[in-house]
Amino acid sequence: MSVYDVLQTIIPTAIFFAAPLIFTALGGVFSERSGVVNIGLEGLMTIGAFVGIVFNLTFADRLGAWTPWLALVAAVIVGAVFSLLHAVASVTFRADQVVSGVAINFLALGLSLFLVKKMYGKGQTDQIQVGFDKMDVPVLSDIPIIGPLLFSNAYVPSYIAIALAFVSWYVIYKTPFGLRLRAVGEHPMAADTMGINVAKMRYIAVMISGALGGLGGAVYATIISRDFSHATISGQGFMALAAMIFGKWHPVGAMGAALFFGLAQSLSIVGQTIPLLKNVPTVYLLIAPYVLTILALAGFIGRAEAPKAAGTPYIKGKR
Amino acid sequence: MKSNRLQQLFIPVLAVLLGMIAGSIVMLASGYNPIAGFSALVYGAFGDTYYIGETIRQTTPYILTGLAVAFAFRTGLFNIGVEGQLIVGWLAAVWVGVSFDLPKIVHLPLAILAAAAAGALWGLLPGVLKAYLKVHEVIITIMMNYIALHVTNAIIRSVLSDEGFKSDPVKPSASLQSEFFGAITHHSTMHYGIFIAIAAAFIMWFLLERTTKGFELRAVGFNQHASQYAGMNVRANIILAMVISGAFAGVAGAMEGLGTFGNISTKAGFTGLGFDGIAVALIGGNNAFGILLSALLFGALKVGALEMPSSAGVPTELVDIIIALIIFFVASSYMIRWLLSRGQKGAE
Repeated sequence: MSVYDVLQTIIPTAIFFAAPLIFTALGGVFSERSGVVNIGLEGLMTIGAFVGIVFNLTFADRLGAWTPWLALVAAVIVGAVFSLLHAVASVTFRADQVVSGVAINFLALGLSLFLVKKMYGKGQTDQIQVGFDKMDVPVLSDIPIIGPLLFSNAYVPSYIAIALAFVSWYVIYKTPFGLRLRAVGEHPMAADTMGINVAKMRYIAVMISGALGGLGGAVYATIISRDFSHATISGQGFMALAAMIFGKWHPVGAMGAALFFGLAQSLSIVGQTIPLLKNVPTVYLLIAPYVLTILALAGFIGRAEAPKAAGTPYIKGKR
Repeated sequence: MKSNRLQQLFIPVLAVLLGMIAGSIVMLASGYNPIAGFSALVYGAFGDTYYIGETIRQTTPYILTGLAVAFAFRTGLFNIGVEGQLIVGWLAAVWVGVSFDLPKIVHLPLAILAAAAAGALWGLLPGVLKAYLKVHEVIITIMMNYIALHVTNAIIRSVLSDEGFKSDPVKPSASLQSEFFGAITHHSTMHYGIFIAIAAAFIMWFLLERTTKGFELRAVGFNQHASQYAGMNVRANIILAMVISGAFAGVAGAMEGLGTFGNISTKAGFTGLGFDGIAVALIGGNNAFGILLSALLFGALKVGALEMPSSAGVPTELVDIIIALIIFFVASSYMIRWLLSRGQKGAE
């Protein structure tokens, strides 16, 4: 096996696994940049995966090829609405944001499995029949060497995920909205003094994270698992959280980290076919994202610092 | 002060009630009969000696994971890594349980201590990172959960079995399983671990409330700067708090490994015991005695839920929804307090 063949096995798989993580990690960036810690990403992905699959199974006959796209839209909407719970608890009711996030995770899994059993009479949905098609990016896929590696035979949502990371960067760093978002997350009192509505900004940010978390979950379910059960989302949300931290709360950094974690995942799956990696126990690849995140937080890979006000509710008039 | 005490008791009770009401609404909205649902739940938890035995068996690890979370909360830390500490404790207990042939009086304590040590070790790293580098323990402990899951699975496959998915059963000399309890509860899986769990609750109370070290630990959690000024070693106390919390979680794993299952299997996902411990601690008011009661509540909910599908047609996940909502209500206690103060003003 030549190096190129190896790359051709690994890289498309890495992008394939990274897409859901990118969406969700970007959601985390928005939420945490506004000062709301979101441990609930896992639950938001669960809800998105559930909605994506149920919508697909219910409407596939009528909507045909449009089904998976509209399922993503549905997952985005439901994810945003579901995340309102986290926003209400942690912004308005000043709940501990970590506790509220844990509750989101519990509730998402409980509710979606409850509904699956109610609707289908069993703990697992059927496999979806209509998914996304693989495609080549026009022009770019004709570039020699990197064309076939990066731009061929991949799913459209993967490209959307990567594009969205740059869009998020633009929104957070180059628009008035983004400036306000970061101000609210760093020093809410100063932002409040300047006339920014802290609560409103945080609500919007949490709902964006709900929308993107839902999208990530739906993309995962539609492309990778193709059905929904209790084990569909098992840790991807936390891995997205890790990607966000490893990417130092920066959209493009989060995307890079998610791609890297996707690579680790793809290696743990296709690694057995690669001569050099055959003898590396998969456990090292499985724990790599988490170990790296700990190292990043400990400052061994540059300093990763959270937005200053992350985790603290803003109480007007309190110094 | 007195009304404060009362409020502390009132909020968890109200949260549980609101959770149950919300659960009823969910059942009504999805076309189930809430009365039948809750009757099945109560019957499934206490309706028969077998069910009572199972409820106590489920309560046992909940007490310990609740104590682990609560111990950290009381010392100003949020240990979301109880799940991982439990898994490594489970592994350590079983490992000792299968590898030695010793008299029971040595073997069993050794296995439990190994579990505590493993859990403590898993809590050590987040503690050190928090104490020396001010890294938030929540994220580190979440990452440690996943590392625990994958590493224990790898060890079970390669060391404790021959590329299989579960270990041998632990030797009888390290087992907590009880023929006596089995006989009086129609062969439930209830085991002697409940005594260890209750003893642990006492230890936590004594340690925190009656010793100087406990006072220091609480003081550091409350105000690091004041503690530093008073001459306490803040770093050592933070690390110690995480280590003790992890030890409680590790012992919870021993309950599963030496008692309920008697072995360890590879896991596709988490046991949930550690995450449920957060709910147990919150409802128990982070107080040792309160945790005994709230662990019993959650044990009953989880075991009782198993009866719901067959007698009332309600999926067991309803209980997970109720637990999640209870957590929300406790977390949002600001809202409850605000409503209460409004009510008091209205009454005056």
